[in-house]
Amino acid sequence: MVVSNCSVQQQQAVLTGERMETQSQIVERLRSAFCSGMTTSEQFRQTQLSNLLSMITENEKLFVDALHKDLAKPRFEAVMSEIDTLINELRYAIANLSSWMQPEYVSKNIATKLDTCFVRREPLGVVLVIGTWNYPLYILILPMVGAIAAGNCVIIKPSEVSAATESLIAELIPKYLSQDCYAVVRGRPEETKALLQNRFDHILYTGSRVVARSVLQAASVHLTPVTLELGGKCPCLIYGRIDIDSAAHRLAWAKFFNAGQSCVAPDYVLCTQDTLNDLLPALRKALEDFYGKQPETCPDLARIVSHRHWTRLMELLRRSSGKVVVGGQGNQENKYIAPTVVVDVADSDALMEEEIFGPILPIITFESLERGIDFINHREKPLALYVFSDESSVVNTVLEKTSSGGFCSNDGIVHMSLPSLPFGGVGASGWGSYHGRWGFETFSHRRACMLRGWALERLNSLRYPPYQEDKMAWLRWTTSAKSSCSLM
Amino acid sequence: MSREQQAVARARKAFETGRSRSLEHRIRQLKNLQRLFTERQKEISDAVKKDLSKSEVGTQLYETLGLEGEINLTIRKLKEWAAPRPAEKNLLILADTAYIKPEPLGVVLIIGAWNYPWAVTIKPLIGAIAAGNAAVVKPSEVCVHTAKVMEDLLPLYIDKELYPVVTGGVPETQELLCQRFDHIFYTGNSTVGKLIMEAAAKHLTPVTLELGGKSPCYIDKNCDISIACRRITWGKYTNCGQTCIAPDYILCEPSIQDQVIEEVRKSIKDFYTDNPKNCADYGRIINQRHFKRIMALMEDSTVAAGGENNESDCYIAPTVLRDVKPEAKVMQEEIFGPLLPILPVSGVDEAIKFINKREKPLALYVFASDDKVIKRMTDETSSGGLLANDCLVHYSVSSLPFGGVGNSGMGCYHGKFSFDQLSHLRGCLIKKLKMEGLNSMRYPPHTPEKLGWARFFILKTVDLGWLGRMALLAILVTVAAVVLQNYFL
Repeated sequence: MVVSNCSVQQQQAVLTGERMETQSQIVERLRSAFCSGMTTSEQFRQTQLSNLLSMITENEKLFVDALHKDLAKPRFEAVMSEIDTLINELRYAIANLSSWMQPEYVSKNIATKLDTCFVRREPLGVVLVIGTWNYPLYILILPMVGAIAAGNCVIIKPSEVSAATESLIAELIPKYLSQDCYAVVRGRPEETKALLQNRFDHILYTGSRVVARSVLQAASVHLTPVTLELGGKCPCLIYGRIDIDSAAHRLAWAKFFNAGQSCVAPDYVLCTQDTLNDLLPALRKALEDFYGKQPETCPDLARIVSHRHWTRLMELLRRSSGKVVVGGQGNQENKYIAPTVVVDVADSDALMEEEIFGPILPIITFESLERGIDFINHREKPLALYVFSDESSVVNTVLEKTSSGGFCSNDGIVHMSLPSLPFGGVGASGWGSYHGRWGFETFSHRRACMLRGWALERLNSLRYPPYQEDKMAWLRWTTSAKSSCSLM
Repeated sequence: MSREQQAVARARKAFETGRSRSLEHRIRQLKNLQRLFTERQKEISDAVKKDLSKSEVGTQLYETLGLEGEINLTIRKLKEWAAPRPAEKNLLILADTAYIKPEPLGVVLIIGAWNYPWAVTIKPLIGAIAAGNAAVVKPSEVCVHTAKVMEDLLPLYIDKELYPVVTGGVPETQELLCQRFDHIFYTGNSTVGKLIMEAAAKHLTPVTLELGGKSPCYIDKNCDISIACRRITWGKYTNCGQTCIAPDYILCEPSIQDQVIEEVRKSIKDFYTDNPKNCADYGRIINQRHFKRIMALMEDSTVAAGGENNESDCYIAPTVLRDVKPEAKVMQEEIFGPLLPILPVSGVDEAIKFINKREKPLALYVFASDDKVIKRMTDETSSGGLLANDCLVHYSVSSLPFGGVGNSGMGCYHGKFSFDQLSHLRGCLIKKLKMEGLNSMRYPPHTPEKLGWARFFILKTVDLGWLGRMALLAILVTVAAVVLQNYFL
């Protein structure tokens, strides 16, 4: 199934499922399906979610193999971070869908006490999810779960960079989900650009800021709301009294998981020189515990996704003025980079220019907690912020004085696994959120509904012209009561 | 530096001092805002009268009363809204704390509109202040006198560095949009909404767009047509039809069209006398440009009531148009004026089809005694909000989100929704460095046994019922063992 079109006008037909059609035809077909109302019933949504769950559980081995092909992802990582998290979220959605779909009755004010007021979650229409390559299954399918649960038709665009997973998804989705309502569109950036010229009712994009701008510009033409899951440099501040061994293990795990290619990986560490003196040997030990003395031969360490990214990372290392104290080796042939720690890194260092997205950990020292916090606040708001400390006052201070998409103390990444926490960025790291019910809400419209009766029309006359001061007095009296009330 | 750049830079600097964050500050500012409305009612009403010919009572009713209510609610509830919100945990983090922490975004830009200048400009400001942000307020330049009053009065009551008022027209707004904000809140039309969103893309700024559209109003033939028309008349001609959620047009069966026209005519007379032109409670079109626009919309339709007008006074009588066709000029854009077209349809089926062929509106009205009709409208259409058997009043329920969908906008506000819209809801997981042993199952070297355990823990969210029962069982077993040991063995 090859996509080779480059503009809306010049589209060639593509094979999706069993049909040959252009991107626009796919969008139109899904829109017709949506307008027919077939996605709205709870039963339909539950069936599709169950089928999606079957797709994951019945093809676990195939997915693990594909992820290994794309990223040399160890089976353990693939299962923990992509398969099981998806299974978890699907089960959560299936178990809770019924209650999510219920009308939410809301409190009323005096003037409307006899009326029925509720909020109804309604599907938006045809939504687009654009995935990325680092967790190519999870980041694409998890938003899809929310979108299906919310009753939409969904087009998913997997990343072409993680080609094996892309192929597998494109093959399996039409086999498990309704082909009328869900489609996979494949292609390179040019095809994605063309796809974005179509009208969608919501777009969820995961990726870089640069591309996010063009997604937003395309969305603004149709007034399409968007959710942007972007990246940034996630700081990891280590300070105060601390169990350095535990901290080092958790930090190393979070950093080098997926060879550092996680949007919420701790990008760099901030600590005092004293802490660094204790941290370094602890880190060395943790890395040896995890990957042995020769990490290149360890099957539990992933690889860089592409030669282009491998080169980018090695170039950052080369340009850095810091001192490599652990690792630093790379092998272009198998896209291997050793777990690397760099110290004596200044703010202006090459490693501090962009999100690293690789197994290189710069460590920057500061003199005081204030300075550490200032350092963080002078930079863009990150997707995640980490603090390691046994002192809760330190954790609270950092939490209060900074902002970030999400926050986790004394661990890394794991806050993402809770469906009850919204996952999303703020500022340059994005906006909107998903996971769990948040995904359902993101892909729904919360429609305010009010049902009035026919009685008490005389009461209404208070609001009708001719406007008189005494009518005003009555209205003031009702509005001065405990609840908020107005007529406009 | 331009005036706009300076205002934004000062607001950002003020925000960075952190003084907008404390609950005391936020409540103090809101109370000051409250005082503005109590102390300066006359200046506010005078300006609105000059801009929109709205009477003093009308201004209170439709603008300031609502704001006072919103401020009261916000002050009362702020502590609750701003508090961390606990989140459900899984087995692996049972000993930890998970919650959602609402935080300020930073500097918000609020672009107001001219039709209810205080309501639509200050209500978002209340939310911005409550959420701990700084906010640059840009009132609509179309309501000239009100913009001036806002510019003069707001700095006397609320922190003028944190919440500056920047007045001006298109060039000033464009200059503002070149600056970086953490959120932009815009009320207005879809055309400009698209431009705002495009401008916001540069800095990846999230937006809330409160736009408009043609809000349909379906009258079922089996309902109390007299009451229905009374409520519709009020909803339509308040503020001379210049309300984003005014019922834009009516859909009804041909058999009741005459009755609808008659009832609307009666209500118009009751509300605005035989001569609305001289009635203090009837407003004017905001300016000549809109006057001409609205007059042109009438051209190819039949006037059933009203139609009188006076350009120099920007007066258009409350007008009803009959037998209007879908291709008519009046159906091509949001009217935003006192013209009420009636389009005959064969019944609720055709009405639903008609509504769904068009862009999703900000509001949808259905008048019916039969609940089944209301249910069909609710289930088979989409709109920002839906109101059965009345007009406009859903706006007043602050526990309902107010906002559009599709072409009518994105995001919502009012009450807690304003607070949430202008906050960042930060997911927080607070762990301790203890129980490291439990973590070891996730560390390399990876073994099948470790994977088994990890899968067990990940794939279960906390079912406290089950856990509780297991815990109870464990306790009972222990007690039984102890008893057995001590007394029988």
